[in-house]
Amino acid sequence: MSEAILSYGSFFLTTALAYAILCLGLNLQWGKTGLFNVGVAGFVGVGAYVSAILTTPWSSAHLGGFGLFWPLGWLAGAAATALMSLLVGALTLRLRQDYLAITTFGFAVAIQLVLLNLQPLTGGPFGIGFIPRPFESLADRPLLFGLGNLAIVATLVLVLYLALQNLSRSPWGRVLRAIREDETAALALGKNAARYRLQAFALGGGLMGLGGAIQAHFTGFIAPNNYLPNLTFQVWTMLIIGGSGSNRGAILGALFVWALWAATGGAITAFVPAELQARASALQIAAIGLGLCLVLLLRPGGLFGLRRHAARG
Amino acid sequence: MSLQFLADGLLAGLLIGLGAIGVTLTYAMLRFANFAHGEMMSFGAYVAWSASFLLSALAGTAWPAMGPFSITAAVLLGGLAAMILTAGLALLLDRLLFRHLAGRGEAITLVIASFGASMALRSLIEFAFSSSPLYFSSDLQIAVRLGMGIRVTPDQLALIGLTLCLLLAIHLLVTRTQAGRAMRAVAENPTLAAVVGLDVRRVVGLTWVMGGALAAAAGTMAGILVQIRPNMGFDFLLPLFSAAILGGIGSIPGAILGGIVIGLAEAACVQFVGAEWRAAVAFLILVLLLLLRPRGFFGEAA
Repeated sequence: MSEAILSYGSFFLTTALAYAILCLGLNLQWGKTGLFNVGVAGFVGVGAYVSAILTTPWSSAHLGGFGLFWPLGWLAGAAATALMSLLVGALTLRLRQDYLAITTFGFAVAIQLVLLNLQPLTGGPFGIGFIPRPFESLADRPLLFGLGNLAIVATLVLVLYLALQNLSRSPWGRVLRAIREDETAALALGKNAARYRLQAFALGGGLMGLGGAIQAHFTGFIAPNNYLPNLTFQVWTMLIIGGSGSNRGAILGALFVWALWAATGGAITAFVPAELQARASALQIAAIGLGLCLVLLLRPGGLFGLRRHAARG
Repeated sequence: MSLQFLADGLLAGLLIGLGAIGVTLTYAMLRFANFAHGEMMSFGAYVAWSASFLLSALAGTAWPAMGPFSITAAVLLGGLAAMILTAGLALLLDRLLFRHLAGRGEAITLVIASFGASMALRSLIEFAFSSSPLYFSSDLQIAVRLGMGIRVTPDQLALIGLTLCLLLAIHLLVTRTQAGRAMRAVAENPTLAAVVGLDVRRVVGLTWVMGGALAAAAGTMAGILVQIRPNMGFDFLLPLFSAAILGGIGSIPGAILGGIVIGLAEAACVQFVGAEWRAAVAFLILVLLLLLRPRGFFGEAA
């Protein structure tokens, strides 16, 4: 019994920490730089599909058969997403800032359509299966398998957290903060604001791609429906509730919101009659949307931010 | 080559344009892209459906169809109720959410909030009505041939007529009335409008009422044309934004024209490329636009 709880616990934490990586990416873009990305799901999807295509065995249903070792797939997923972000950023960052919101939203819609319709490349609506999981050989021992996965993702989150903390204290991070707080002053000091923004956007996108690849390799199966706007919304809610601007807030927000999500989801499965479950899940999303608005209204710095730090652009 | 896409695209485009009017005006006045605008369309469609259902229940029998159209008087009354209630919803959202956040002077926070409101509204609609589609009428419509390979159903013609009536009403409102002129002034330059003594807050409220009512009308008509789903408004969002930017933020004729361009392009894509890529059309047009002429047809230079 306790083994089941432990292995569920490690499964829960692994999922939540994969979200934490997405939140760290979004925090770099929004919290640190003030770039408003509403296409998170698209970037996550690119990372997941690139890694899946590169690492899966050959299949007639989609492009593949490269059979790369999974860490290489993760790296490639992150790199491809960073490149994609660079393109999207180059197109929009020079324009009025709120155009970025609309363009990234459209980007995510377009990516989802590509995943759905370019069947020879992506497997279409059926998705991609047989994605190699780390510690595949332990799959028949759930506890060890779960703890192994957790160890990988926890180490990654720790490394990324320390790296990002360092980065925001570095000269690069200070310029980013200066641009966010007062762009004119930063420009007057001779800093190329557009280039710094683009770098932050690409790096944040790369983190989202990495997070997407990690999620794909833990579930072993991906499909276009995993990358709907709901995902974008979840990640945003995690960051805002955790406290945007703070890396610690991003991670705690992911854990907190995922815990709420899993708990209410579990309660729905356990207590709501089968024919009403779809409706109850809709109510679950509505409650999270309401929660996001309430935090924005009442506690704009989030629940776990280090200091009061209103989200700003 | 069949020119069918012209007929389908024109009507779809007019509906997009109706929805985009609210988007472009609130964007110009409050400087934020309202992601919850699509849900006002869905909300309107569901209100119209519920009201017409209630009216039929009260009458004890289905209302007779009017001539060759599937649209009954109950549906028209339902659409009217939808416009009123959706205007109320828009005002409520402004009162409870947007006004408070706008007061802090951080426009982009409004966008996040509208994103949350959009999710909450859409999910509440799904909670109340489930995700299975609803229909105003199950009648089959016989299409009329117009020549050049174009066939339209009587309903399509009726909806084009209704939309043109609405557009005429808006045109008269914004050009012939004091309130309309104030609205255009605030959309063009909120600061200047306040300086000359316009009550900006009242004008913004009026804009929410108009934007909400038009969104409800567009949503109801889209529901008559195809079906009603909780996601229908959200799927309209990208075309709405593209139309608003294409026409130039703050321009009402621009929004309509932009809507028609997007509608025609989408219909052409369905006819010549494939229906599965339709949702990407608005994005492609948006990207081209941002590359070539970011201020749109009628917009001022940023």
